[in-house]
Amino acid sequence: MIEIGLGHYLTLGAIIFFLGVIGIFLNRKNVIVILMSVELILLSVNINLISFSIFSGDLLGQIFTMLILTVAAAEAAIGLAIIVIFYRNKGSIRVEDIHEMKG
Amino acid sequence: MENLNLILPEISLFLGICLALMVGVFFKNSFSIVMKLSIIILLGVIYLILTDWGGQEKLFLESFKNDKFSDYFKVLILISSIFIFFSSDQFIKDKKLSKFEYPIIIMFSILGMFFMLSANDLILFYLGLELQSLALYVLAAFDRDNVISSEAGIKYFVLSALSSGLLLYGCSLLYGFTGSTNFDEISISLVAQNTGAIFAMVFILVGLAFKVSAVPFHMWTPDVYEGAPTSITNFFAIVPKAVGLGVIIRFMDLPFKNILEEWQTIIIFISIASMILGSVAAIGQKNIKRLLAYSSISHMGYALAGVATGTASGYSSTIVYITIYIIMNMGAFACLYLMKVEERYTEEIADLSGLSKEKPILALSFLILFFSLAGIPPLGGFFAKFFVFMSVIESELYALAIIGLLTTVISAFYYLKVIKIIYFDDNKIKFDDVRNVRVKATILISCLILSLFFISPSIINSLLDGLFI
Repeated sequence: MIEIGLGHYLTLGAIIFFLGVIGIFLNRKNVIVILMSVELILLSVNINLISFSIFSGDLLGQIFTMLILTVAAAEAAIGLAIIVIFYRNKGSIRVEDIHEMKG
Repeated sequence: MENLNLILPEISLFLGICLALMVGVFFKNSFSIVMKLSIIILLGVIYLILTDWGGQEKLFLESFKNDKFSDYFKVLILISSIFIFFSSDQFIKDKKLSKFEYPIIIMFSILGMFFMLSANDLILFYLGLELQSLALYVLAAFDRDNVISSEAGIKYFVLSALSSGLLLYGCSLLYGFTGSTNFDEISISLVAQNTGAIFAMVFILVGLAFKVSAVPFHMWTPDVYEGAPTSITNFFAIVPKAVGLGVIIRFMDLPFKNILEEWQTIIIFISIASMILGSVAAIGQKNIKRLLAYSSISHMGYALAGVATGTASGYSSTIVYITIYIIMNMGAFACLYLMKVEERYTEEIADLSGLSKEKPILALSFLILFFSLAGIPPLGGFFAKFFVFMSVIESELYALAIIGLLTTVISAFYYLKVIKIIYFDDNKIKFDDVRNVRVKATILISCLILSLFFISPSIINSLLDGLFI
């Protein structure tokens, strides 16, 4: 059995983080997927903070995590609201259709 | 209880916002009254800050810090927001956007900025940043029946949420590798040997560079500037930029103080790239808001050149720069409120042709403001650039200074092109007579400050004495 240490948790956090970033840049289909990727990034930060907090015996990281969870919910709500008004005007939320302005 | 007196500006701003929200809900057609109430609240907050000017205290387990630096920036953003409310009133009514939420959302973002500027702790800093960003997402999409505005909102939301995520990832690594979220304690344990924390510093810098639209992360700027209604673009161009630079200075001066060599290269790169791209990409623009967007990117490059020195004189030259940048953009955007053709606001540079024959005074104010943006002496913009490049040369960053001066020349080209269109092209379109004393007063004030700045160019520097040790 391998001992699960801080490094493993940080690697997991880094993998989820980069999945989130790649999800934003490679996604060509739907804006909702971008919203999910943003949530992934915030969750990877939470994994980081909690593992740091546990392994250093300092409670501050867990408090930070609680606050980030709250902010992430607010951010998702506003993001969805903006997507709804875009859909009302344009009739589509495909990423390819977000191209009114260029240059 | 005495601690609470020290954050009285924040508390009263928050209570003021709640009061304005109540007034907005309970009165019909309450836009004008909420607008006036907001201006009064902001004036009151300025008074509260000025009564405690220059005091230095740390509150709430040293997570909140009040000092001259944050006081200066707070007064700066309050005054510019008052001018924005003051001059954009008629524009918002003409665009049929006169909902009472407009001043309230702006005030919420100002509250977030207050916490960003005063933060001495990563948690408080992040919460302030999100309060500001969430309000700004809504503002970008404020013209909600308009495709372009909602598209600007979506673009701003996606990129800004990404940048907050990067910044937050940096914060989590910084917490892990230094063992604290307090800026003072981070600055002690953050040394060049701490590789993980250096990695975190890069992530935080990327997030902050997004906020001030410095170059590798500037993609959102032209689109958001073009899509959002002009008065909101006015706000975007001035207030979050000033706060972003203030926060960058705060980070460089406090938590990252011992790793100057590590971040200096990054800031120099960002600064040079912004100056070059901002001045080259603006040349082909036809929409004046896009032109001002690229111009603001290059201005951020000049302001970051002052940060790149890492010295006290460099930081204060950046603060002088951002102050004058605010005055110039205030005037330039106020001019856009007067560009009205047949009851519709126009944003095309081509429509300005021959303006000097028809409206000589508006043409003259465009001349002063654009010459100042280009940095032509003896206007205020020249002195701003002069102070920055003086401190850059003092720190022996000659390459940065030379590239900066070259890009100043390139950027002068597109400012002068607009002036040429105004003064030497044929008059094609007749502008409406806009009788708006508030907008004209704003333009007059900014033009007067810019043209009389040479009388006492060091006036802002003397205000900033003793800000950095």
